[in-house]
Amino acid sequence: MRDSIPSGALSGNILVIGGGMAGLSAALEASEAGYDVYLIEKNPYLGGRVAQMYQYFPKLCPPYCGLEIIFRRIRTNPKIKYLTMSEVVDVSGEPGAFDVDVRINPRYVDLEKCTACGECVKVCPVDRENDFNYGMDKTKAIYLPHDLAFPMKYVIDDSVCKKLECAKCVEACSYDAIDLNMKPKTIRIKAESIVIATGWKPYDATKLDDLGFGKYPNVITNVMMERLAAFNGPTKGRILRPSDGKEPKTVAFVQCAGSRDENHLPYCSAVCCLASMKQATYLREQIPDSKVYIFYIDIRTPGGKFEDFYTKVSQDENIVFVKGKVAKVEEGEDGNLIVVAENALTGEKTRTEVEMVVLATGMQPELSDVKLPIKELKLDEYDFATFDTPGIYAAGVARGPADVASVVEQGTAAALKGIQTAKR
Amino acid sequence: MSEEVEKKYTLYICTGCEIGKSLDIERLKEVADEEFSVPAKTHEFLCSAEGVELIKNDIENEGVNTVIIAACSPRVNFDTFNFPNVIVERINLREHVVWSHKPNDEDTQMLAEDYIRMGIVKAQKTEFPEPYKEEVVKSVLVVGGGVTGLTAALEAAKAGYDVYLVEKEAELGGWVRKFPWLTPDKPPFRDLRKPDIDEKIKQVMEHKRIKVYTSSYVEQISGQPGLFDVVISKNGTKEEIKIGSIVVAAGWEPYDATKLEHLGYGKYPDVITNVQMEEMAANGKIIVPSTGKEAKKVVFIQCAGQRDPEHLPYCSGICCMVSLKQALYVRESNPDAQAFIIYKDIRTPGEYENFYKRVQEDPGIFLTKGEIKGISKSKGGILVEVSDTLLGEDIEIEADLVVLAVGMVPRLYEYQKRYEQARELEGEGQQQQTTVASDKLWEALEGYQGILNLQYRQGPDLPPLKYGFADSNFICFPYESGRTAIYAAGPIRQPMGVVESENDATGAALKAVQALELISIGSATFPRVGDLSYPEFFLQRCTQCKRCTEECPFGAIDEDEKGTPLPNPTRCRRCGVCMGACPERIISFKNYSVDMIGSMIKSIYVPEDEEEGLRFLAFVCENDAYPAFDMAALNRLEWHPNVRIIPLRCLGSFNVVWIADALSRGIDGAILIGCKYGEDYQCHFLRGSELANRRMENVKETLERLALEPERVKVIQLPISDYDKIPEIIQEFVEEVEEVGPNPYKGF
Repeated sequence: MRDSIPSGALSGNILVIGGGMAGLSAALEASEAGYDVYLIEKNPYLGGRVAQMYQYFPKLCPPYCGLEIIFRRIRTNPKIKYLTMSEVVDVSGEPGAFDVDVRINPRYVDLEKCTACGECVKVCPVDRENDFNYGMDKTKAIYLPHDLAFPMKYVIDDSVCKKLECAKCVEACSYDAIDLNMKPKTIRIKAESIVIATGWKPYDATKLDDLGFGKYPNVITNVMMERLAAFNGPTKGRILRPSDGKEPKTVAFVQCAGSRDENHLPYCSAVCCLASMKQATYLREQIPDSKVYIFYIDIRTPGGKFEDFYTKVSQDENIVFVKGKVAKVEEGEDGNLIVVAENALTGEKTRTEVEMVVLATGMQPELSDVKLPIKELKLDEYDFATFDTPGIYAAGVARGPADVASVVEQGTAAALKGIQTAKR
Repeated sequence: MSEEVEKKYTLYICTGCEIGKSLDIERLKEVADEEFSVPAKTHEFLCSAEGVELIKNDIENEGVNTVIIAACSPRVNFDTFNFPNVIVERINLREHVVWSHKPNDEDTQMLAEDYIRMGIVKAQKTEFPEPYKEEVVKSVLVVGGGVTGLTAALEAAKAGYDVYLVEKEAELGGWVRKFPWLTPDKPPFRDLRKPDIDEKIKQVMEHKRIKVYTSSYVEQISGQPGLFDVVISKNGTKEEIKIGSIVVAAGWEPYDATKLEHLGYGKYPDVITNVQMEEMAANGKIIVPSTGKEAKKVVFIQCAGQRDPEHLPYCSGICCMVSLKQALYVRESNPDAQAFIIYKDIRTPGEYENFYKRVQEDPGIFLTKGEIKGISKSKGGILVEVSDTLLGEDIEIEADLVVLAVGMVPRLYEYQKRYEQARELEGEGQQQQTTVASDKLWEALEGYQGILNLQYRQGPDLPPLKYGFADSNFICFPYESGRTAIYAAGPIRQPMGVVESENDATGAALKAVQALELISIGSATFPRVGDLSYPEFFLQRCTQCKRCTEECPFGAIDEDEKGTPLPNPTRCRRCGVCMGACPERIISFKNYSVDMIGSMIKSIYVPEDEEEGLRFLAFVCENDAYPAFDMAALNRLEWHPNVRIIPLRCLGSFNVVWIADALSRGIDGAILIGCKYGEDYQCHFLRGSELANRRMENVKETLERLALEPERVKVIQLPISDYDKIPEIIQEFVEEVEEVGPNPYKGF
C-alpha cells in the first residue's frame, strides 16, 4: 500500500518499528495472515542494511532479488501500511491497546506527486555526502536513495539544502511535488502489539585506534567493501582502493575488529567471518591475481551451508587464513599498509604488507543510540533488547547479532506473537 | 467481472516524464484506434489526482471496465492505478521505451507502437480470476513432540488454531527432556539454566485446542492444503483426521559414533558421546564407565566426525556450547577434576561469547585448538595425543574419560540418501540439478519409512537439500520448503540449539496458520500472495504425456492410473510451470495463458523488408529480470530498440510454441532472461529457469531439423543487480542473430 501522509483515526493490529529485514518480515507475515499492520521506518526508504549489501553469503546472490519480492508483496497488500522518515516519539497504553505517536519528518517531496523523473537533480547546486555509500561519494541535496528505492520517490537532505534561498528544484519540477515548507507532523496510531526491529549499525571504526581507520585512506570497513563491489556504489562496482583508485592486489581482512574485545564490543557479531570470506570472493573474482589474507581468532561458520562455504573458500590457495589477532596496522610505502599480528599457532610475530585493509567491524544495536520511548523495553549491557515483555516483541539484530535468514525467522516468529496479543 | 460482460476498453497515455517529448503520441493513438478500435486519451500527469479522476470518471460514467495505461513501469504507482473490479493492463512506455532509447527516433516510435499493440491484446485476453475456494479446515498438524514441535503446537494454539501433535515416542519432550541443564539463553549469558520442557509439556497437554498423539506416527497424508486427510496410527489402531497445514519438527539423531573407531569409540568403554554425557549428568555424577569411579580428567574432542569429509562435512553449530556446558558438569561433579576441550574453532556466536568467557575463567578447564593425532589405551586410562596446539608443541593428555562431541543428523537423512540413489538410477545425461524423476524416486524408496507419507506423485516427504536438511534454498525466505503449507522447523531444517528451535518453531507456526488464511480466500501463498488466479486444465485434449505432473516444482499435480493430471489448486504457487510444460497448450490461467502470449507475439509489427531492421523478443522473468530492465532505464542505459520485452511469471512458464509463433511471424530471434539455475539456484519457483533452459535445448534441436540456426534462441541467467550488463547482453544477442541473417520465414 502506498506510503502517504495519513490523517484521521489510525489503527492497526500490529505496529512494527524498523523497515529492515526483520521488520519487513514481521509486517508482511502478519499482514499476509490477515492482520492490519503499520510499519515505521526512519530512513526515506525500506529495506534497511541489506539494501546496501552487494551479495549475501553463502549463496552470493543479490539482496535486491529478495527485496523486490518483498516490495511487490507490500505494493499489492492493502493490509500493510508503511511510513518512511518516521520515528516513534511516544508510546502509552498497554498490550492490546497501545497509543503510538509517530513523528513523520519532512521529506520536502510530496509522495503523491513525485514521479521520480529526476529533473530536480539536474538543477540542484548542492552536494551532500552519500550515506548510502558510507560517504564514499556524493549526491545532490535532492536525491533518490538508491536504484531499488522503495518508495521510488526523491528526498531532500535538509541538513545541506538551502531551501527557499535556492528553490531551483521547485521550479524544475513539472509536477509541483516539492514543498520546501514541509514541517514535521506527529500522528497517533492505535495498535494492539508492537514489534521492535530497529536493527544495527556498523561499529564506529575510528574508535579502533591501532587499526588505522580514518588515519590511512586504504583502511576501509567491511560495509564499505560491499558498496565498492556493487554497481550502484561509488566506483560502479569496481573494487579500487581509496587513496589512488588502483586495484588492490593484496588485501588483508582483520577479523573481530572491535568484536570479542572488552574495550569495544565484548560479544561476537556472528556474521563477520562469513562476510569477509564472501568479500574475499568478490576480490578474487574481480582481480584474478589478487591475494587475500584473513586474520582471525576463530572461524565461525556454523551449520551446513556456512561450513561448506568456508570449505570452498579455503580451497582457494590465494585466500590465506592466519590464526592470530591483529595488533596494529602501520603505514607502509605508496599507500600500502603493514599488518602486525601474532600467529597463534607458531607464536611468531608477523608483518604483512598489503595494498588495502578491510576491518571486519561488528554490529552494534541501533538501540544504543535510539532510545525508544517504551518503558517496558529492557536492554542488556550491550543495548540488545531482552524479550520477555507481553505485547512487545523484539526481532532481528535489535535482539542480538544474527545473519539474514535468522533475522527473517525472528521477524516471522514476532509476527505470530503479535497476532496472539491482537487476538485476545 | 464475469465472462458475459462485454469489455469496454480505453487506452490512457501519460505524456509526462519525457514520454510526450520523446514519442509521437498521435501515432500511438492511431494504432489503438485504427488497429483495435480502442479509444485513447492522453494526460500530462496521469498519476496525479486529476489524471486518476479522469480514469475513474470513465469507469463510473462511461462503463469502461478494461483500462490500459501506457505510462510508467507497473512496478510503480501500483495502487494509484488499481480500480476495483476493473481489468488494468500497464504498458511500460517510460522505463522500457523513452528512458532507455533515443528520443524522437523511428525505431523508438515503432517500439512504443508494438508495446501498445501487445498491451491491448493482453487486455483482450485477460479475464478476471475467480478464486478457487473450498471449505478450509483451519487446523495444524505438528509432526514431532520435541521442543520444536511442542513450541509450534503451543504458539499456533495461542493464536486461536486447533492443533494435532503427533509424537512417535511414548512421551513428549524429545532430546531436551534428557538434558539436565541447558546453555544460557538470556543476559548475562553466563549461567546454565534448567530446561522448562516439563512446563511446556504441561501447557500443551492442558491446552484445549491441542490434541496429542503419543506412540503414534503419520501413516498417510492425502489431499491438499486446507483439506488434508491424515491417517494417524497408534499401537495398531488408526484414526483419520482432517487438517489444513503442517509443521514438520521431526528433529535429529546423534551421528552414529560407532563409525568413529579412530577416536576410540566402541574400542574403549571410557570413550563416550556428548549425548551419553548428558545422560550421565542427569543421573548425578560424572563417572568413568569402566571403573564406576568419579572422573578426574576428562577430554572433550570437538567436531568428532564433523567438519570431516569422511563423516559429517558440516558443523552442527551447538557442540562447542554443549561441551563448554559439560565441562562445567565435570567441575560441578568433582571440584578437583579437570576438563580439557580440544577444538578446531570455538564457535560461540553473538552473546554466547559471554558463556565461553565464563568457562575460560574456570581454572580447572583447559581449552586449546588442536588436531587429534591418536587415542590409545594407557595404563592410567586413555592417552589423547594432540598436535598443532596453541601451546606451540604437541601434547599428550592421559584422561580417564573422553567425550566425543558428535553432531546432529536430520531425520530426513535417509530420504536424502534415497534421493541420491534415484539420481543414480536416472543415468547419465538425464539428471536434473534440483529434483529427480518421480518413477526413479519411488523405485529408490522401496521400504522407506516416511515422516509425512504424503500421497504426492513427487514423493512422500519434504524434498531435502544437502545432507538431508529440509531447509530453504533462499536466504531471504527461510520457510520455503518446496511443498505448499508444509513447513519444516528446528534441527530437521538446520542444525540448531534450543532457543533457535523455539524461535524457528514459532515462525513455522505463523507460516502454517497464514497458509490457512490465504487458502481460505483463494489466494496463492508465497511468493504470489494475493494472486487469485489458478491453472485450469482443458482435459479433453490431454494426451497424458505427464510433463505437467513431472515438472511442477511444488508437487501440486498428481495423476490417475491413465496418466491424466489431477491438479490440486491449493498446492499450487501459480508460477505457470505446468502451462509452459504442456505441449497441447491445455493449461491456462484466467489472466495468463499460452494463447495470450502467443497473441501478443502475433500482434507485433514485423517489417518484411529487412532494411527496416530485424525483430527480437525478450521473454523475461518478471521477478528479477524485468526490474533489472527498469533499473537499467533508471540509469538511462540504452539497449537495442528492436527488442520487444514480454514479462513471464517465471521463465518456467515459457511454452516452446511461442518460438514457433515468433518465427512464423517473421521475428528473427528470441532471448530468455531469467534467474540462476542449478546449484544455488535463485529462481523463486525453484526449478522454473532450469526447466526453461532444458526446453530451449530441445528447441535448438528442432530448429536445426527445420534448417534454422540455433543461434536464434538463447537463455541468459541474469541476477537482478546486474542491470548494468543488460545493454551488452542484448547487443551481443542481436549481433549473433544478425550474423546468421534474417528469418527466412519473414513475409510468408
